[in-house]
Amino acid sequence: MTRKQRRLALIGSGLAVLAVAAALVLSALKDSIVFFNSPSDVVEKNVQPGARIRLGGLVQPGSLVRGDNLSVRFEVTDGNRAVPVAYTGILPDLFREGQGVVAEGALDSAGLFRADTVLAKHDETYMPKEVADALKKQGHWVGDYEKKTSAAPQGRAQ
Amino acid sequence: MTPELGHYALVLALGLALVQAIVPMWGARVRDVSLMNVAVPTALAQFVFVAVAFAALTACYVASDFSVANVVENSHSTMPLIYKFTSVWGNHEGSMLLWVLILTFFGALVAGVGTNLPPSLKANVLAVQSWIAAAFFLFILLTSNPFLRLAEAPLEGRDLNPILQDIGLAVHPPMLYLGYVGFSITFSFAAAALIDGRIEPAWARWVRPWTLAAWMFLTAGVAMGSYWAYYELGWGGWWFWDPVENASFMPWLAGTALLHSALVMEKRDALKVWTILLAVLAFSLSLIGTFLVRSGVLTSVHSFANDPARGVFILAILVFFVGGGLALFAWRAPMLKQGGLFAPISREGALVLNNLFLTTACATVFIGTLYPLALEALTGEKISVGAPFFNATFGPLMLPLLIAVPFGPLLAWKRGDVLGVAQRLTAAFTIGLIGIAATFAFEGGKPVLAPFAVGLALFVMAGALTDLAERTGLFRVAPGTVLKRAAGLPRSAWGTAFAHFGLGVTLLGIIGETGWSAEKIMTMKPGDVVALRHYELTFEGLVPREGPNYRELTAKFTVRRGGDILGVLEPAKRSFATRGTTTTEAALMTRGVSQLYLSLGDQGPDGSIAIRLYHKPLVLLIWLGAVVMVAGAALSLSDRRLRVGAPKPARGRTALQPAE
Repeated sequence: MTRKQRRLALIGSGLAVLAVAAALVLSALKDSIVFFNSPSDVVEKNVQPGARIRLGGLVQPGSLVRGDNLSVRFEVTDGNRAVPVAYTGILPDLFREGQGVVAEGALDSAGLFRADTVLAKHDETYMPKEVADALKKQGHWVGDYEKKTSAAPQGRAQ
Repeated sequence: MTPELGHYALVLALGLALVQAIVPMWGARVRDVSLMNVAVPTALAQFVFVAVAFAALTACYVASDFSVANVVENSHSTMPLIYKFTSVWGNHEGSMLLWVLILTFFGALVAGVGTNLPPSLKANVLAVQSWIAAAFFLFILLTSNPFLRLAEAPLEGRDLNPILQDIGLAVHPPMLYLGYVGFSITFSFAAAALIDGRIEPAWARWVRPWTLAAWMFLTAGVAMGSYWAYYELGWGGWWFWDPVENASFMPWLAGTALLHSALVMEKRDALKVWTILLAVLAFSLSLIGTFLVRSGVLTSVHSFANDPARGVFILAILVFFVGGGLALFAWRAPMLKQGGLFAPISREGALVLNNLFLTTACATVFIGTLYPLALEALTGEKISVGAPFFNATFGPLMLPLLIAVPFGPLLAWKRGDVLGVAQRLTAAFTIGLIGIAATFAFEGGKPVLAPFAVGLALFVMAGALTDLAERTGLFRVAPGTVLKRAAGLPRSAWGTAFAHFGLGVTLLGIIGETGWSAEKIMTMKPGDVVALRHYELTFEGLVPREGPNYRELTAKFTVRRGGDILGVLEPAKRSFATRGTTTTEAALMTRGVSQLYLSLGDQGPDGSIAIRLYHKPLVLLIWLGAVVMVAGAALSLSDRRLRVGAPKPARGRTALQPAE
């Protein structure tokens, strides 16, 4: 093989691998990405039952109902709309009423959101960024979530 | 006084960094040795000053000095001493300080032991290194000052995030940073070579050990992070394809590619330009990782306070170094001389294949990680790209690479013989096939691909051993000769075998965990029994306990197998009063390399408690494999040929004659 042929073989195999990778990425992007929606989006965009989405907002205070065998129901709200959510399993440590939450799953035909994953914040000071943005969009942003760390530390008055 | 001292030391370090960034580079240009030599004392002094700053911050934490804002926000006087030390870097400001500490340490190391480096190369390397240091000093001083005082000191601190109150914090960030920052040295070398416009022989000798060291720490850091997430977060998962994990995985993939291409460059003087590009890319990905994690673009355990100014600053650093590095590459790389011809079927060819697949796989991870951010910035649409995406793209790309792994080390340089190698791998093939058959026989064909994956993992492991057996002549020559040859084998050969073997071990662990995990989620009352696989767990009851800065509710479970008591599992829920948060402390029982994993959920009003119980077969192999890989890297690093600062290859040593 001449130098040129070798180089061609190298470039050819490189392009082949890249083409395969590009095909894999495109097909995976088509099938496996999940859109984030606020409760208002769910209504406005008319999200179809069965379509897998992420639903984010605040847990409506007073909406949490625990059933048998670890089933729970609660509502996710962004201040304007609320979507009922059903979930079976253990809720994260930082799941609280009135706090930010992201649930992943799909709507059923009755408009109930059946979640298979529920994520809460990692830390008491922060809420999921998607949720914060969704709340800001709906004009229900409380305001000082981000500033909490720089605000007066607790215990100063003691 | 102490915090001011630290702050002052940091400012001095910045001043030195600016001098070191300009003077030696100028010296290299005008060929003035005394100007070039300025870099050595400044690099050493920079490290000393940053060490002083770091020690000052540590002293503030240990003394619980609540006049310092950083200490107030991340510490508490009742916290155990070890966490007072680790919380120094358990926050944004402190972790950046740790970053520059390691950066200047490596710079000082190059200055100190690089006595055999050509002066202009050394001057340029240290100057580039100092550019990076100066950028991060500015970042710390302007946006993330850890020494900020409060006008009015509170009596008590706000405690460290409870998830971080774990021994994992002592190991994971320093290891990861040693890896990330280690790649800054290879970047500096690459940039220096590009500025010089030529690649000295010393270049290859230096770049490989640095890559190896950075790779070793990064492997340990990523593996440690994975194990920490596994036992601390309470979901029993060890890898989530979370953007923050990907941020550390991408430099690892690029670093692995660099490790292999540097080998070709060192041995065969080929792939020089490609190696330089990879060195630039590996550090660029480290910087992107820092940006993703530190800027607050992503929400995760790793993002501390979100301050937009920091994000923009890191983005500017990123653009400067990545853009600058790539522009320098585009401008100067064509001038570098190409060398070393090889046939497509050869050791070099195999390493090119390795690089091709690793970089492509790295690119798919990159797309999956950044596509959501790009889409949101462009269209405002929020999406999440999770495990299904990566399994569908990364997985298929790794498959051919894993099959090729055992072939590589057995192929000859320049011109190889695939059929001959396949013949020598007969034993490894057989072991793989036996693995497939045995898995089918014992576990049945479920899940469908798992037995084949087990076969592949065993093939990779057996292939690594075949390389050693071939080199020592095992089963072919007398045992004494084998031992003698084994002792004479270069350590880097052992390193390769270890690392490849470890890869197979990790793979086997991943297959065992994903293929055959069993899980039960339920509520239990005291006296209830739950059975999973061969194990029976009896819930004995809840016991409240008092920790130093938390209260915990421990659930006691007795584990039995066939009537014999194996032990007690005590998962707990910890509540930290200061932050008002709860953490789940999972309980683990190790049986061989498999584990029982038990974590608690919510407590019911009737004294019942939700539990999550997993049996995870072979799960420990995931991290043991990483330990073997790290051991391989350490062995390779101890090879005399690669020893940093070794004046010349130890030619005389193997032929140690009476004349000496």
